[in-house]
Amino acid sequence: MSATNGKTTTAAMVAEILEDNVRLAHNSSGANLLSGVASTLLSAHDAELGLFEVDEAALPEVARQVRPRAVSLGNLFRDQLDRYGELELVAKRWRGAVEELGDETVLIVNGDDPQVGDLGRDRRRSVVFGLDDPRHAAPGLQHAADSKWCLRCGTPYEYAAAYVGHLGDYRCPACGHARPPLDVSAQSIELDGLDAVSFELVDEEGPMPVRLRLPGLYNVYNALAAATLARELGASREEVREGLERFTAAFGRFERLRMGDRTVLMLLVKNPAGANEVVRTLVAGGAPKLAVITLNDGIGDGRDVSWIWDVDFEPLLERLERVVASGDRAAELALRCKYAGFEGGIEVVPDLARALDRGLQLTEPGGELFVIPTYTAMLGLRRIVTDRGFARPYWERAA
Amino acid sequence: MRIRVGHLYPDYLNIYADRGNIAVLARRAAWRGHELEVDSVGIGEPVRPGDHDLLYVGGGQDREQALVATDISAKGEALREAADRGAAILAVCGGYQLLGRWYADQDGAELPGAELLPLETVAGSRRMIGDVLLTCELEPGRSHTLAGFENHAGRTLLDPGAEPLGRVVSGFGNDGESGFEGCRVGRVVGTYLHGPLLPRNPWFADWLLAQALAHRTGGEPPELEPLGDGLEAEAHSVSSARARARGGRFS
Repeated sequence: MSATNGKTTTAAMVAEILEDNVRLAHNSSGANLLSGVASTLLSAHDAELGLFEVDEAALPEVARQVRPRAVSLGNLFRDQLDRYGELELVAKRWRGAVEELGDETVLIVNGDDPQVGDLGRDRRRSVVFGLDDPRHAAPGLQHAADSKWCLRCGTPYEYAAAYVGHLGDYRCPACGHARPPLDVSAQSIELDGLDAVSFELVDEEGPMPVRLRLPGLYNVYNALAAATLARELGASREEVREGLERFTAAFGRFERLRMGDRTVLMLLVKNPAGANEVVRTLVAGGAPKLAVITLNDGIGDGRDVSWIWDVDFEPLLERLERVVASGDRAAELALRCKYAGFEGGIEVVPDLARALDRGLQLTEPGGELFVIPTYTAMLGLRRIVTDRGFARPYWERAA
Repeated sequence: MRIRVGHLYPDYLNIYADRGNIAVLARRAAWRGHELEVDSVGIGEPVRPGDHDLLYVGGGQDREQALVATDISAKGEALREAADRGAAILAVCGGYQLLGRWYADQDGAELPGAELLPLETVAGSRRMIGDVLLTCELEPGRSHTLAGFENHAGRTLLDPGAEPLGRVVSGFGNDGESGFEGCRVGRVVGTYLHGPLLPRNPWFADWLLAQALAHRTGGEPPELEPLGDGLEAEAHSVSSARARARGGRFS
């Protein structure tokens, strides 16, 4: 399973669906390079099935070595350009990886992403999923939308509906290159604030209602990818529905952690497309007045922090009264708010523990503190919460 | 005063948060009582010399660059005339490459440029990625630093005698070898530095605004009233330290 956004959540959903019946080797802690897959296999003594989320750049090599029964490809967004180079290069590597897959491998693709949907076109066994509910289309393409130009001829796509970034129902007005027909789709989607989203999962057997205990359209994509993959691996429709409905947040992704009489809601952000969805979900679900936002620039975050300027933070900033900016690049984050015209208070507190404490201090007892960290900042914050005895470390959770 | 900005190809060239640069120019103008008016200038839309006080060209990937190259080449004469009349121009990364004579991409295809800056660019096999720090002296005796991030496969070679934007303290710069970064001809500046460039380098944002105001009034660039730039200075200092500690170099 690979994608710019959603691979950890999707793989965790698949695990939730399958693990009652199948012994899994699953890299649930997110070690998704070749080494992470290898070490997961080494420590999985009696596993029957390997379930791996795989880094986008590592996909070709991992696919070559494990010869998968099924490959699920979710989306390609601009992300960590300092590590991956151009998006186009990642797309090219994926095309190469797909060409090398044996005929027996089932390829599952998100048809709503032009670059990804196209990969399934000439394969003998491919399954295409996507959203089909134009009521939830965004008013237009977001600033950070990628893959806006026709793969074949370079003309801008026209969208009947753009759901998340450049994901949607597209068609090239010049040459006709369009979203492939969907084999599995989500219809009648109902967003329920910060707590849930429900939809009808429609496949060749008809519609099946699903209610996720996670918010946001992007989690509908994750659920579709997980459902399609689990079905290909032998899960029944009922097992899929039950697994999805049981599922709660993956590590740091809309994860609620209790800290005494307050709750911390951890919302990992990694790139513009993902952060935009977090903002959109927060604004739709009743945005808070206070947020602790943390920006680190390690290898795991992306050393280049320019992506924060591509995120549409403005709708959230309009509602916030105070931001605690934290992490190694706290000042840069504060500048992002300042130049957005943010009129509330900005506190720059680079140290994560102090920023968390400041946030908790500003939160009423019984209240919820919204923390929006980048990857290594999320790990750091979670470690702080764990050290204080309020959460189990991920390796226990994963076991 | 109204400062008119022409933003070239914002739909195509926007990969490294170019809108952050525009936001900084707009706010810093507004805090001095000026208004930034930004027009988008897309494919097939003409540049009218004299109409814009400042032109901005952002960065894109090879694919987007190829989609706009022919058009920017066709706009070359108008861009050169606009520059001759004193308009300020800032081009970042892909936009910088396209202001030269040509850009030869990874597949060896040659993209035409606007022929505004005395340089040419050839895509190399190794990308130059990392934090960068430069020293610049745009006005004699007034030395400043610029801190940013670079990510380019292109190696840009300046013509003999051409003036770089600055000298590399840490990082690759134009080609990883010459010690030069960017190129400057009068009020026209091209650079690989994004980050975006202007938020953490406010002196340079103000230099551009002053040049744009000079074009607007036909006079000398004005001294702009200083602003409280504490956060900007902190961001600059963190970014500079990053470049010193981990700026890229060919080993």
